[in-house]
Amino acid sequence: MRILLMGSPNVGKSVIFTRLTGVNVITSNYPGTTVEYTKGTMRYRGERVEVVDAPGTYSLDPTSRAEEVAVAMVEEADLIINVADATNLERSLNLTLDLIRIGKPLIIALNLWDEAKHKGVKIDVKQLEELLGVPCIPTCAITGEGIKELVSRLDEACPSEFTYQDKWETIGQIVSQVQQVTHRHHTVWERLADASVRPFTGIPIALIVLYLSFRLIRFIGEGLIGLIFDPLFEHLWAPLMLKLSALLGGSGLLHGILIGELIDGNIEFMESMGLLTTGLYVPFAAVLPYIFAFYLILSLLEDSGYLPRLAVLVDTFMHRLGLHGLGIIPMLLGLGCNVPGSLSTRILETRRERFIAATIMAIAVPCMAQIAMIAGLVGKYGAKGLGTVFGTLFIIWVGLGILLNRILKGESPEIFVDIPPYRPPYMKTVAKKIWMRVKWFLKEAVPFVLLGVFIVNVLYTLGIIQIMGKLAAPIVTGLFGLPQETVGALLIGFLRKDVAVGMLVPLGLTLRQLIIASVILAIYFPCVATFTTLAKELGLKDMLKSVAIMITLTIIVGTLLNLVLPR
Amino acid sequence: MMVRIPLVNAYPGEPCRVVQIQGGRGLIRRLYALGIREGKVIRKLTTQFMRGPVVLDIGGAQVAIGFGMASKIIVEVDR
Repeated sequence: MRILLMGSPNVGKSVIFTRLTGVNVITSNYPGTTVEYTKGTMRYRGERVEVVDAPGTYSLDPTSRAEEVAVAMVEEADLIINVADATNLERSLNLTLDLIRIGKPLIIALNLWDEAKHKGVKIDVKQLEELLGVPCIPTCAITGEGIKELVSRLDEACPSEFTYQDKWETIGQIVSQVQQVTHRHHTVWERLADASVRPFTGIPIALIVLYLSFRLIRFIGEGLIGLIFDPLFEHLWAPLMLKLSALLGGSGLLHGILIGELIDGNIEFMESMGLLTTGLYVPFAAVLPYIFAFYLILSLLEDSGYLPRLAVLVDTFMHRLGLHGLGIIPMLLGLGCNVPGSLSTRILETRRERFIAATIMAIAVPCMAQIAMIAGLVGKYGAKGLGTVFGTLFIIWVGLGILLNRILKGESPEIFVDIPPYRPPYMKTVAKKIWMRVKWFLKEAVPFVLLGVFIVNVLYTLGIIQIMGKLAAPIVTGLFGLPQETVGALLIGFLRKDVAVGMLVPLGLTLRQLIIASVILAIYFPCVATFTTLAKELGLKDMLKSVAIMITLTIIVGTLLNLVLPR
Repeated sequence: MMVRIPLVNAYPGEPCRVVQIQGGRGLIRRLYALGIREGKVIRKLTTQFMRGPVVLDIGGAQVAIGFGMASKIIVEVDR
């Protein structure tokens, strides 16, 4: 048996899903958080049944990839829980009436019930139940109210016998019969909501929000590294590793793989390249603090409801890049990790938009792991280092977007987005969400980092990097002005970009070489995790096109930087 | 006096009764899904610079739509 959760975007289907199944999924306060379905199980009538969380859709006529995913799920469902928005019954009923025509057992959860009460919306649940002939249960998923009743009444779910001719007329009649709205005064939140979409106040607010986010991420990331992780590694882990090194005799194959090279008799965590030294330091001490800081700030932005407003403000600009305002969401998620960034291109309507968004993201939006390493590498040079790297990437992002928008046939559709009210982030959800993302990093990324470090050792020992270096010398040395050994970093970059950036440390590069190498590593090719996701999302043909763009661009940008940057 | 104008020309905050949507089936369907249809009273809250998106208030819920879409919505206002 399979239970399906269906509802308009941003009504809290995923929150209800988590309540029912205990399976954690990412939830936030903007339409289109869920872009694929998630399955979980719950106990029902004494057996385990499958529960599916689908992306939100306004009707059974899909308008985007994410909505298609949802509509395709309906066929296979045995019971549908229609999650409706109690604050906007009229809009929710559109999908409800569509679902009624499907003729499957149906039960309605009137979610956001508490918010509806605050807004002065009163719904006569009894009457709605009688009209539609299916159980309707008020819920407030975030606090868990009504979930028990929803579960206990699943048995009563039945196909509705309600029939109608004109859909909108019917919706109007239902709403006027069961709903009463009393007006009340604007709250501070609503005033702020209005101010943040008015251009004169909205643009300054956006600049402040983005600036503060950036400063906070850096402050938290650097703080965690400097106060906690660096001291831990230096004072606790390093002495242990030195003992192990002595135990292993200070050299040899095993020593090389586990500890790596000692530098002046000491362990340099960024340079030694052993599994237990660099292999642990990079993911845990250099990257994790920034991942945590980034997802803390992103989660707060997501849950507050600010992102759709930002999308409205940047819409005109994003149209130059062939996208509309919502195109900013894959970019922001991509800053955390390009994999969820690629997936979230599904909220865009056309194939053209998805291609542009995925391509410019994969090329010019470095993930937080890579940003953290670049910050560690060139951060000490201040704006001259970091500013040049990220400035160059930004120019590439804008330039490539404009170019693709000119070359590719077709136009970008207009923005069409529901703007949810501001909601104070619910700390428990935020904490859970950060933990899920950090856990994902630990599970998916750390093994790859270790594998990367291991392969580096193998490649060096076998002399492969040296051979590849000679082969690639005309491009890497000739055009980009980098030493041959940089090829090793480019090879490992397929696996993990953070390890690749780390491999630049022992090369003793000058600032201009560090800048060129950092930019090249960001744009030349996505890491394997992003590559497989992109190939699935774009299809093989578009993926190859995207790859061709990456390689061409790498050669042009590398050469130009080599010519332009002062020696 | 009641006059008919495209929604983009309405004053911010002014009540507008939708009288016609001059678009294809696809646009009409999407606007209907957000509650924008003939007979409804909506308000334009703001417009962004350079023909950017228009933010609307529909019965207390806010929606942003493109300038082009908003020009295809004909509304009746009391001037």
